[in-house]
Amino acid sequence: MSLQVELEQHRNTLIVRLRGELDHHTADIVRFKIEDAFLRGRCHHVVLNLQDLSFMDSSGLGVVLGRYKTVSSRGGKLVVCGAQPAVKRLFELSGLLKILPFHETETAALAGLEVVS
Amino acid sequence: MSGRDFMKLSFTSRSENEAFARVAVAAFVSRLDPTLEQLQDLKTVVSEAVTNAIIHGYEGREDGIIEVEVEIEGDTVSLTVSDQGKGIEDIELARQPLYTSRPELERSGMGFTIMENFMDEFDIDSAPGAGTRLRMKKRIESKKALYN
Repeated sequence: MSLQVELEQHRNTLIVRLRGELDHHTADIVRFKIEDAFLRGRCHHVVLNLQDLSFMDSSGLGVVLGRYKTVSSRGGKLVVCGAQPAVKRLFELSGLLKILPFHETETAALAGLEVVS
Repeated sequence: MSGRDFMKLSFTSRSENEAFARVAVAAFVSRLDPTLEQLQDLKTVVSEAVTNAIIHGYEGREDGIIEVEVEIEGDTVSLTVSDQGKGIEDIELARQPLYTSRPELERSGMGFTIMENFMDEFDIDSAPGAGTRLRMKKRIESKKALYN
């Protein structure tokens, strides 16, 4: 079981694509990679593409919540897209579904940000 | 399925074993032919329980022992996750949604809430210094039953 993190910068937005399983074991590396790319790239927003994330537990919620705090404290937005039903249910249970904008696709997520930036 | 079926795992409190435990439990329970959603729920619950034992029970120590027991009786899965770690001081507080005893670790505080929501029965047996035992049950409606 592992997790791959793909990072891409699109203008002032960091796109993070997670593939695999996000749990306590893989949380640290995700946290570090996103934080590092976000700060070094002087990004404003983050799009979290969870289309290929097959598993997530509350450790993953902690990582997302932490990044939401970093991004929003700098005036940016964190947007989630492509979350599978099981992953989405966790967001719902935690109340994050009400705080974060969710989109079906990465294109829709980016289009949503173009309006706010 | 009738009769009783049982398995027991014992492993060290290393974070790699979170994935091992949830995959092993899912493989064992798959004989009940659960829906994908039910299997995902069980995997999430096992992951939460084992992660708690590692982070809170053994506070990151990798030489602790975690035991996972699964019993299938009819269409009901009983899951027990135990550690001999430091135990929980205040169980009621620990059960509160969003509460975490380790905010510095960027925890969501949702572990117990998820376990309670995804299982039909959920019980915590713990005392300071005496470890923690989580006992849970979930009824599995097999896909076969849904189709018949």
